[in-house]
Amino acid sequence: MIEFESVSKRFDDGTMAVEDFSLVLPSRQTTVFVGSSGCGKTTLLRMVNRMVEPTSGRVLIDGEDVAGRDKVQLRRSIGYVLQAAGLLPHRKVVDNVATVPVLTGTAKAKAREAAYELLDTVGLDRALGKRYPAQLSGGQQQRVGVARALASDPNILLMDEPFGAVDPLVRADLQVELRRLQQDLGKTVVFVTHDIDEAFLLADQVVILKKGGVVAQAGSPAEILAAPADDFVASFVGADRGKRTLHLRDGDGGGKGRTIVVDGDGRPIGVLADGPADGAR
Amino acid sequence: MLDWTRANLDLVRELTINHVQLAIVPILASFVLSIPLGWLANRNRVLRAVVITGGSLLYTIPSLPLFVILPILIGTRVLDSLNLVVALTIYGVAVMARSAADALASVDRTTVEASTAIGYSPFGRFVRVELPLAGPVLLAGIRVVAVSTIALVSVGVIIGSQNLGYLFSNGKQRGILEEVVVGILMSLLVALVFDVVIVLLGRVLMPWNRPGRAGRKRAGLVADPATGGPAVPAPPKLDKADAGVGGGDA
Repeated sequence: MIEFESVSKRFDDGTMAVEDFSLVLPSRQTTVFVGSSGCGKTTLLRMVNRMVEPTSGRVLIDGEDVAGRDKVQLRRSIGYVLQAAGLLPHRKVVDNVATVPVLTGTAKAKAREAAYELLDTVGLDRALGKRYPAQLSGGQQQRVGVARALASDPNILLMDEPFGAVDPLVRADLQVELRRLQQDLGKTVVFVTHDIDEAFLLADQVVILKKGGVVAQAGSPAEILAAPADDFVASFVGADRGKRTLHLRDGDGGGKGRTIVVDGDGRPIGVLADGPADGAR
Repeated sequence: MLDWTRANLDLVRELTINHVQLAIVPILASFVLSIPLGWLANRNRVLRAVVITGGSLLYTIPSLPLFVILPILIGTRVLDSLNLVVALTIYGVAVMARSAADALASVDRTTVEASTAIGYSPFGRFVRVELPLAGPVLLAGIRVVAVSTIALVSVGVIIGSQNLGYLFSNGKQRGILEEVVVGILMSLLVALVFDVVIVLLGRVLMPWNRPGRAGRKRAGLVADPATGGPAVPAPPKLDKADAGVGGGDA
């Protein structure tokens, strides 16, 4: 469990990135911070592993103030995935994945073996392990980034717009993959994005932020869609434009067709199934 | 020319070996010494100015006075070859400190941030991330230093050092053109061999940076160090080196 206790951050230039922010991020759940640039979402994420120190307030992991932890040890205990993967260009893929275990003293051979297994986990061919990051596609690099973050088997995974730099098709792929991984591994994930669809897709808890780290609304995607807290949220999730409003329409096919679901503009987006969804939360 | 060379093969060999030995230590020393200076230069703007300006100033010290002053400063005998080695190291550091500062500054900030975020200690990050990634630019710098040092070694004949520069001065005094030509050719050869060795070392030590790798174009990596591409600063003019070769006339 991660707790923010009335956390504020004023940068040296005087800008208030975050002001009096409090929130509980439950264990083994995915919390997504979403908002436009300048809303302080990345600042909040980076406070968890002390890449940013709060000006006031505390960040607690399982009840322990991170300010009391050794920075380097703390960071090694937390998985971190960032945009464009942030891989070390001079290390082979397998060594990139093995970085943190080697730093914490695992024998190189053993760490590499575990790294190859992690390549399987994130759906990469083991043969890619011997290449350098620059020889991989953007999507592959991002998977390596996830594998590296998982290598030390951390309880917490911080993901800073990890899929922002890859094309939409690959992004959709990676999102599905992350959901599968999260179902298997049950990490406490903190995910930052400016894409509300990505937030709804991945989150157990969505936190919509306004400028200065002000929480516009926090809740499950269903809660937010069902009852947007204010006009800002409604506009942010697209509810005000009818983007989220779906209608049922009888399909064609002489009475035999299934009921189809159409969006606010009347464009068909799916069919209505019998019974509840498999993955109903 | 062949006759003269054949008759003096032993002398040429001995001078060449000596020349190489005299050059290696300053090249290695300036490489090693410049790294902490480069690190320092990237701490803040003041330190950067001190290192860069200091380097330029060192480089403007004329070699002859330096040879005269060094024995007094470091307590060596006037004809000690150590004087030459120290003087060449000073010139090497003067060039290399700037290269090292540029090299370390050239390392991608995102990569450095990412390595901090995943748990590198500041020292570990410097040694295992920043230094290797500064490699291509460091390599470009040390190539310049190597060539200029080899040329400068010749000046050492003024203070009694036995190296290829002896062939220039002796050949000139005695009016043997062949001797001068052999001296120049051997200097060039030594410089060429050093350059090739350094480039090959770079290939071995920086395999990720090797030309012809599939991902290079896509990733837009630093240009081939062997040809000195756009990402590598252009070598400074070899004023000292020129003076060094000319020093045979002194």
